[in-house]
Amino acid sequence: METNVQAKETTAKKVEKKPLEKVLIICAKGSIEDVYAALVMANAAVMEGIEAKLFFTFFGLDAITTKQMNKLHTGTIGNPAMRMPGGLPFPSILGMLPGVEAGVSSMMKSQMEKLDIPPVDEFMDMITAGGGEIYACKLATDMFKLEMKDLSEHVKDIITIGQFYEMADGERTQIIFT
Amino acid sequence: MGQTVIAGVSVDLNDEGYLNDPSQWNEDVAAEIAKEEGIELTDKHFEVLHYLRDKHTAGEQLTIRKVGKSGITDIKGLYQLFPGGPLKKSSRIAGIPKPASCV
Repeated sequence: METNVQAKETTAKKVEKKPLEKVLIICAKGSIEDVYAALVMANAAVMEGIEAKLFFTFFGLDAITTKQMNKLHTGTIGNPAMRMPGGLPFPSILGMLPGVEAGVSSMMKSQMEKLDIPPVDEFMDMITAGGGEIYACKLATDMFKLEMKDLSEHVKDIITIGQFYEMADGERTQIIFT
Repeated sequence: MGQTVIAGVSVDLNDEGYLNDPSQWNEDVAAEIAKEEGIELTDKHFEVLHYLRDKHTAGEQLTIRKVGKSGITDIKGLYQLFPGGPLKKSSRIAGIPKPASCV
């Protein structure tokens, strides 16, 4: 028995770490924080040598639509984590005033710029430079009447979710939905 | 990992193989670590390595975006120089700590 336990321990020690090989990230929302969550994850993956594929659908399409991609906003209504600079609560009624959402959004962007986090199109430049791939959802582009010409040059193709799943063909692949 | 001799220099490595003391670094040490990573260093590599070391000494947070704007190479070029780890591998070869940035 004892030798058995020892043998098990030795095997456990020998177990090799198996890093992630591929991540498939789906972004279905178009606010700054949702889009950047997807972009940061994809960029970090390629920087770690992990294959990364991004799929934008529904309102997430704003992130890859040429006209909208660098004008994303963050919602100022109904977000309990939204606070004033200094930490005081941010009343939702304030968020309804004209210009507040734009102001908050540009403040967020300038904070990110300070951390060397680039605007959306430049971020996609970085991701594709590392071999990451960006796709648009067929169903959602049909719904929003968008074609390849309306989308960023970084978008590789418009595909169905089924085709996207087919890309999850490796052993250590993860699908992440933001 | 502790004390190891790399290219004839006794260096202090951490568990992940990064130099604990950037001043123990020289170009021969870099070439040896690069070989472990499967990279043959060229002049371009050294330009990037010296840039990283300068920025690290200046106390700046390193990102691939910064290297991409350094004028040495663009981000695509950086990925080609250090495949599979543009900032992690280059930092290790440059003898500076593992980068703590997400971009």
